[in-house]
Amino acid sequence: MTQSKSENPKKTAGGKKGQGSTQKVRLATVWLGGCSGCHMSFLDLDERLIDLAAAVDLVYSPIADVKTFPEDVDVVLVEGAVANVDHLELAEQLRERSKIVVSFGDCAVTGNVTSLRNKIPVDDLLTKVYHEGPGAVPRGGETDKVVPALIPRVLPLHQVIPVDAFIPGCPPDPERIWTAVSALLAGEPVVLEDRMRKFG
Amino acid sequence: MAVITVTINDELVSGRTGQSLLELVRERGIDLPTLCHLDGLEERGGCRLCMVEVGATNRLAAACVTPAQEGMVIYTHSERLVRYRRMILELLFAERNHVCAVCVMNGRCELQREAYTIGMDHVRYDYLTPDLPMDASHERFVIDHNRCILCTRCVRVCDSVEGAHTWDVMGRGVNCRVITDLHQPWGSSRSCTSCGKCVQVCPTGALHAKGSSVAEMVKHHDFLQWILDGREKKQWATRNGDPVEGGR
Ligand code: SF4
Ligand code: SF4
Ligand code: SF4
Ligand code: FES
Repeated sequence: MTQSKSENPKKTAGGKKGQGSTQKVRLATVWLGGCSGCHMSFLDLDERLIDLAAAVDLVYSPIADVKTFPEDVDVVLVEGAVANVDHLELAEQLRERSKIVVSFGDCAVTGNVTSLRNKIPVDDLLTKVYHEGPGAVPRGGETDKVVPALIPRVLPLHQVIPVDAFIPGCPPDPERIWTAVSALLAGEPVVLEDRMRKFG
Repeated sequence: MAVITVTINDELVSGRTGQSLLELVRERGIDLPTLCHLDGLEERGGCRLCMVEVGATNRLAAACVTPAQEGMVIYTHSERLVRYRRMILELLFAERNHVCAVCVMNGRCELQREAYTIGMDHVRYDYLTPDLPMDASHERFVIDHNRCILCTRCVRVCDSVEGAHTWDVMGRGVNCRVITDLHQPWGSSRSCTSCGKCVQVCPTGALHAKGSSVAEMVKHHDFLQWILDGREKKQWATRNGDPVEGGR
């Protein structure tokens, strides 16, 4: 067994940014192999989103129309496990371009439901779901170059890149998200009380 | 029973000979995490969550199976102990397939609770994701080996309280598995009385009632003390919360 790369670094977001200074915190949210439930829960911050909008620039997100992950991101919340080659590439890119990477929700933190497939070899899985599953069998047997290839095992984010903070939960409830996000915006380390660390 | 004096976390406390360190520590209101221990069952000393540092050399000992002795000096929550406990919990999560989001015990699981209480917010080890079966052949209960932590509470309660000894443990290391009737399907077991005690004491989602879905399983432990009080002290009932001799 190997220890992962992340060893609880005590990094903080862009210090006093967004706290009276004119420069806002550059926030990104990313959707890897997850169901988007974590993003839904994020939207459940409700009226707190207004405070958030005042403090951040949302520079990349499934809810913003931006095609490439930008440079100089202060905080990125990553939903979902690493399940295919596109996820691998984006994970490395976002690590390079961000100060603080947060595993956002159980799929990113543990692999969770996305990783239930890990017991089954990828070929068997695709055969079972697409060739033997309900509906018409897809045309051709060759690999489709449009859909990114699945990697052999779904991985939690911190086994692919170093991660700075973790928000467990499936999905994390808005209170956890707010606790974590407000700490990050204030330039403080994320400290969740015990119930807020519960998986599931 | 003689009175003894033990130093716990730099504080002198008195206990009685014959007490385990766990009993003594808990009597003082100190919260020591446990998984294999359950009040009313004989100790196993298997999970090692309850370990404490003993003596000048800080030797590690499982509090549940270590008798308290005169003059002992112990620490219950040193930085090293907390670090080790977290490692144990992470290893338990890495060893089998724990997906709390889709587990019958989500929200009530003892493993899950110990994990968030100690501060575990991710697992640093590679997940082994073993290919483990479920046995749903029993008409009322299911064993899901994916969630089993091998605490053997089921083995002990079935043997010493129910008297059926349906459960045993087979294999070694990561291949260990709890089995029924020497590895026959539970549903075909002739020793099992279907009393459900094993299901009630199981700390995780491994043993559960058939038909329970995500987060639906609720377990009760109080029956255990009831049965034991009745059997050992002939206390069969309570009146206004106090035990009544002979049940009258
Ligand atoms: S047994 Fe407990 S820790 Fe394991 S998946 Fe179920 S709720 Fe989570
Ligand atoms: S139901 Fe009762 S008899 Fe059957 S295995 Fe469980 S404890 Fe033993
Ligand atoms: S089935 Fe439950 S009670 Fe039995 S050893 Fe596994 S976790 Fe413990
Ligand atoms: S509770 Fe003591 S070793 Fe498990």
